[in-house]
Amino acid sequence: MRRKIHRAPMAVASALLLGVFATSCSTEDPTDSTSGTDESSETSESPDASEESPADEQEWFDQAVYDEQYEQRSATFEGDSATPWLQYIDGEMTDTAEYKSNKAGKACFANASISNPWRQTGWITMNQQLEALQEKGVISEMETRDAGDDDNTQIADIDYFISEGNCDAFIISPNSTAAMTDAVERACETGKPVVVFDRGVETDCATTFIHPIGGFAWGIDTAEFLIDNLEEGDKVVALRILPGVDVLEQRWAAAEKLFEENGIEAVDFFTGADPTEIKTFITDELNKGEVQGVWMDAGDGAVAAIEAFEDFGADLPVMTGEDEMSFLRKWEETGLTGLAPVYSNFQWRTPLLALEKIWAGEEVPKEWVLPQVPITEDERGDYLEANDGMPDGHYAKFGGEDLPGYPEVWQERQIP
Amino acid sequence: MSATTPVSSSASSSASGAGRTLPLTEGSTVQRVLRAAVTPGGAVFILAAILFVAVVSANPSFGEPPQLIRFIGRTAPIAIAAMGQYYVIVSGEFDLSMGAVIATQVVIAGNYIGDDEGRVLPAIVLMLVIGALVGLVNGLGTTLLRVPSFIVTLGTMLALGGLVRFLTGGAATGNPVDTFREIGRGGIQDVPVVEVLPYPVIILVAIMVAGVWLMRSPFGRTIIATGDNPDAAALAGAHVWWVKTRAFMLSSLSATVAGILLVGYAGVHPSVGAGYEFQAITAVVLGGVVLGGGRGWLLSAAAGAFALELLFSFLNFQEVESTWRPTVQGVIIILAVAAAGRAWSLGRRPSRASPPAPPAAPAPSPTTARPGTETGEI
Repeated sequence: MRRKIHRAPMAVASALLLGVFATSCSTEDPTDSTSGTDESSETSESPDASEESPADEQEWFDQAVYDEQYEQRSATFEGDSATPWLQYIDGEMTDTAEYKSNKAGKACFANASISNPWRQTGWITMNQQLEALQEKGVISEMETRDAGDDDNTQIADIDYFISEGNCDAFIISPNSTAAMTDAVERACETGKPVVVFDRGVETDCATTFIHPIGGFAWGIDTAEFLIDNLEEGDKVVALRILPGVDVLEQRWAAAEKLFEENGIEAVDFFTGADPTEIKTFITDELNKGEVQGVWMDAGDGAVAAIEAFEDFGADLPVMTGEDEMSFLRKWEETGLTGLAPVYSNFQWRTPLLALEKIWAGEEVPKEWVLPQVPITEDERGDYLEANDGMPDGHYAKFGGEDLPGYPEVWQERQIP
Repeated sequence: MSATTPVSSSASSSASGAGRTLPLTEGSTVQRVLRAAVTPGGAVFILAAILFVAVVSANPSFGEPPQLIRFIGRTAPIAIAAMGQYYVIVSGEFDLSMGAVIATQVVIAGNYIGDDEGRVLPAIVLMLVIGALVGLVNGLGTTLLRVPSFIVTLGTMLALGGLVRFLTGGAATGNPVDTFREIGRGGIQDVPVVEVLPYPVIILVAIMVAGVWLMRSPFGRTIIATGDNPDAAALAGAHVWWVKTRAFMLSSLSATVAGILLVGYAGVHPSVGAGYEFQAITAVVLGGVVLGGGRGWLLSAAAGAFALELLFSFLNFQEVESTWRPTVQGVIIILAVAAAGRAWSLGRRPSRASPPAPPAAPAPSPTTARPGTETGEI
């Protein structure tokens, strides 16, 4: 291979070398022109972009769901606000008399992954809740399979539970929406209770589907906060983890729509939550011009984003992160104008508590919508105090204060 | 620029042109520089310069010294990683474990140091020892066990990846104490012209100087000879296994330094370092270093890293759609390497076309060299 000698004349070679640069420009052009028709993040350059409907938005933006979640943000929740993990919005209930049982049952949990701090925190809380329910004699044991972010693995996990798991109930936290639908339906066909939580599936066969209000509500809360605190024409850098996950895409779809409607210039990047990437993107944006706002579809990496401003010597942005301790601490330390949207981490308790109700024959909401309230600057101090000593990856609204092992288990972050 | 190019070409042309002046050492310095500039190892500097002009024209403030020095600072980790990868590639092997080594070191820094300032120095020693050990395992696996380096380093990559997952569960843990992070984040303040001189820039320059010195030392010559033809190098008295093993150790140690800088620059996250092995390999190839070994210049690899980062920044400035970005990057990298391959033939042209040496015409033909090589390999 390395002895192969090209006989290209000098002219061709130098033309090719220059071609690298030329191609880099021409490669750009189709992207630019398509972005005018099916993408509208470059609002600054294409004034008519906002009139055209972006493909991404068509895919992920659902006006009906958006409107519903917009309303749900101010809805009244049934139940005690001291135990938000048991609250729900009044609606259709599932009758569970057929599942009533007097002995402790075995729960089988098909988990998408524990590959981010939010899922890890929830997983710890869930295990402590399990301990509490085992002591109460509700659950005999829980067998968990971790799909490691892989659809195929999770389908196999669910099928294993169905055929060999000897399960009395299924708990499924789907890895992705469409791919998991058939497997969840197969679990439903066993006639045993099926609890789905966090991400959804395209079937309503589950006994209950537990989730906080949703991605659109997150997007609305955060975008409205930025719009209120910024001027028209200001620039927002949107840091997104990865494409294709419905909860995350919906957050961005709602925010992008609101930014466009209110004349905020937003540019989005996929960072994979990698702080190196986050810093690079923000530094490049700061090189280009002032950045007044930062929007995140999840708080992982928020600290790196703030550090990028510090290192550059730029004014700190108005920013929305998440209720992760690292962000709350950095937010307090820097005193920037911020909001911590919450994707209620305490929902990890609810599936097991739902099983308790189901096996007791009590009805449960068909769609169990949990409260989802952002942490504002006024409340920040309380949450920092309440979670003093918790690690950076901990989530302030984890809701496990009354569970066995509090606070050591969370402080030491013993991941089961 | 012409520092090692003559060495690499001498390896191939010495067989043919005994007694003849080496073409790349002919002529004045200017001629030699010009000639070197059209080899792939030189072309990458032109490519980087073109990209730099493109970036500055897209965004003039990028060219201001304070911004520029920050850019160099943030590119230092990838440039250091690329130079580490260079040693391995020029010795004829691959190191895929680089990204995993970086992630491991980042996580070790986060977990071991924590808030304890007294652990900063022990941690650095520990990280360097671990880096050297990984390189040793890679090297010995490749040379003594005769497992292809592609597989050995893939194995260490997976093993270390598992370790990182085990230590972190795949999510970020706390950052180490700020004094440790200063190495990658801080700098000397109040420097004229550039305002601040980031420590990563100083470390990068030091590693470059050390690397150039190393490549001019007997070890450097041997490593290139080994990559060009291990059998010939062995017959000439080189301990091929030890030369290659040291190349792997240099690579892992470079990854360790990159990791230390990245902890400072970015913070602890298991995804730090992800894809660095491929970025480093791409940078090395972009720098005209021949996969398979035996040819290429150390600083071209570093220049390749800069070209790559300039390209990424250029795309950022052009506001390429975020979903399209990896595709655009991939296409441009392929074109750049293709162009570099063309430039390589260009760099060789003078030796073939030089009319005063008619007997040289068949000489560079691979057929004369091959029989010997093949019997040697059998």
